[in-house]
Amino acid sequence: MKLLRKQLSAWSWEALLVVLLLLTIVLGNSLSPYFLTPFNFSLMVEGFVEIAIMSLSMTLIIIAGEIDLSVASVLGLASVMMGITWNAGIPLWLDIIIALAVGSLAGLVNGLLVTRLGLPSLVVTLGTLALYRGLAFVILGSQAVSNFPSAYTNFGIGDVPGTLIPWTFVLFVLLALLFIVVLHRSWIGRQIYAIGNNKEAARFAGIRVDQVKLLLFVLSGLLSALAGIVLTARISSARADNALGFELFVVTVVLLGGINIFGGRGSLVGVILALFVIGGLRNALGLINVSGDIQNIVIGTLLVFSVLGPNIAQRIQSALSRRRLAAGSAKNV
Amino acid sequence: MTTTSEHVQEADTLSRRSGNRLVALVSRVRELGLLVVLLLIVAVVGVQVPEFLTLSNMVQILLSISILAIVAIGETLVILTRNVDLSVGSIVGFAAFVAANLFKQNPGTSLLLGILVGCALGLVLGVINGLIVTWGRVPAIVATLGTLYAYRGLEFLYAGGNQVSASDVPDSFLSLATAPFLGIPLLIWFAAVLALVFGYWLRASRTGRQLYAIGSNPDAARLAGIRSGLLVFGVFAISGLLSGFAGVLWGARFATVDATAASGLELQVIAAVVVGGVNIFGGSGEILGAMLGALVLGTIDNSLSFLRVSQFWLQAIDGAAILIAVTLDAFIKRWVQRLLITRRQR
Repeated sequence: MKLLRKQLSAWSWEALLVVLLLLTIVLGNSLSPYFLTPFNFSLMVEGFVEIAIMSLSMTLIIIAGEIDLSVASVLGLASVMMGITWNAGIPLWLDIIIALAVGSLAGLVNGLLVTRLGLPSLVVTLGTLALYRGLAFVILGSQAVSNFPSAYTNFGIGDVPGTLIPWTFVLFVLLALLFIVVLHRSWIGRQIYAIGNNKEAARFAGIRVDQVKLLLFVLSGLLSALAGIVLTARISSARADNALGFELFVVTVVLLGGINIFGGRGSLVGVILALFVIGGLRNALGLINVSGDIQNIVIGTLLVFSVLGPNIAQRIQSALSRRRLAAGSAKNV
Repeated sequence: MTTTSEHVQEADTLSRRSGNRLVALVSRVRELGLLVVLLLIVAVVGVQVPEFLTLSNMVQILLSISILAIVAIGETLVILTRNVDLSVGSIVGFAAFVAANLFKQNPGTSLLLGILVGCALGLVLGVINGLIVTWGRVPAIVATLGTLYAYRGLEFLYAGGNQVSASDVPDSFLSLATAPFLGIPLLIWFAAVLALVFGYWLRASRTGRQLYAIGSNPDAARLAGIRSGLLVFGVFAISGLLSGFAGVLWGARFATVDATAASGLELQVIAAVVVGGVNIFGGSGEILGAMLGALVLGTIDNSLSFLRVSQFWLQAIDGAAILIAVTLDAFIKRWVQRLLITRRQR
């Protein structure tokens, strides 16, 4: 019974997000006639693909009870690696591998500091947020590399031939499917939830907690680097300050998606719905010329209310039932 | 029979007391260690570049960290209670713009009124944070991440792309930061006095000790009759108030203020607090430590320019400093635990 109720409340979060998404679509449609056009949808998804990719691995890390604040810095570092390796005359495919390797290495350092030394991930990745971004600046300074070959930049802005679906969105959909299967249909996924729910119990159950966590941090580095490669292609510019401050954005998407900040709960379906809610809202507001900074009022308020709303509802509910109980006992006397 | 158990009890309290003393000693050692690092940096850089050691450069370093230090006082209080305030940068920026804009629109405004407006704005924003966290039971990291965005957005809405520059505001406002008192700029006095007052209050007052209790074990603190909700609400309000005041000073110091002022300050503040030995999970640390943390980071930043190291290294070194500080803390903690265990066994 208790389990059933838990399941119901887990689903009701996604139901709420669906309602939010519908509201977003209605709002967007009433604000601008261009909102529901395929071309606009194409633009919208192209604009948030990097954040979407990073939010996949962030979801896993937060479910496991940790956090990675360095994702946007790893993205910047990977972007810089793309720039300098290309400038050095190294072929593109090798540039991509180097960028992915550097990202994985950055994630490995995070993971080792967290698992081997037992340091809180919040502090470790706050440190590497500054360190990795700093390294990106040390390597490339305030320069920009933008002479990438068109095959690469076309991947960033091109669509699947004959459609309006961006290639980068296809990449995200494939990754998302993979992550959903791994998190919700495999033993690794069960282990991640177990670790987030109770680390000690998970260890006694034979789960190699540190190994799983290390793997998740490496994965986070790898996907952040991939997001860096995508962003560099999309804006055809490798700069040290690419995606500055995106980490808070990614965390916002994940939390709005119903992932508990203390780990152990939430689903990727919720996170993907949250992506479309936030992406849709930003796009709709952008269409009526509301600047990105002012859009953030809506995003921030939404994030707070995503947790505040259910809490208040629960308080009112329990207060009502308490009153009803009191009234009942009074009648019995 | 009774005597033996009394003996055991006595021995137990004795060892526990010496254990407590050891923990207190270590926290002292932690701050002393930071001081040693600071002196080492000053000595090494001073030998290579004599101009680094001038009084005016020391004042420069203090000036560069004063605003951050004032915000770090509030952040320390919040972190001690096992919470965090990520919205401080947005509050500082908002208060800076509102205060500077007030003087731009009404040049005749009294200085005191400007300060009060900035502080009041900070207090209101801090109170909102506190309400969301305590009454709304939203985890602090989620709540203040949301308000980080919301407050900054509100500032953009209010500023509407406008900018206040030094020529727009009266000199009396600018002098709030740089006017010397006993040869030292006012800004440094503000930070020093606030640090001393809050540091003493935290160490000596009952409420101060209760903040540590909440951070060490929230459930136990509640059972012990500590009104944690009220106190956590209070520290968020104080953090907002101090950020509002720091915002006014920001406006006075930098004079040119737009809606992006103090973006990202929150991470620098948390870095200073953590390097200063305040446990990110609450329960231990001191204002003095946080101030030393800010001083060490500020001194590193300042020496880089003297050593002609590219400013691009600055951020990387800040990051490395955080990592080194927490790694050392972890080793010290392990060492103390091992020491306590062997003592108890003896």
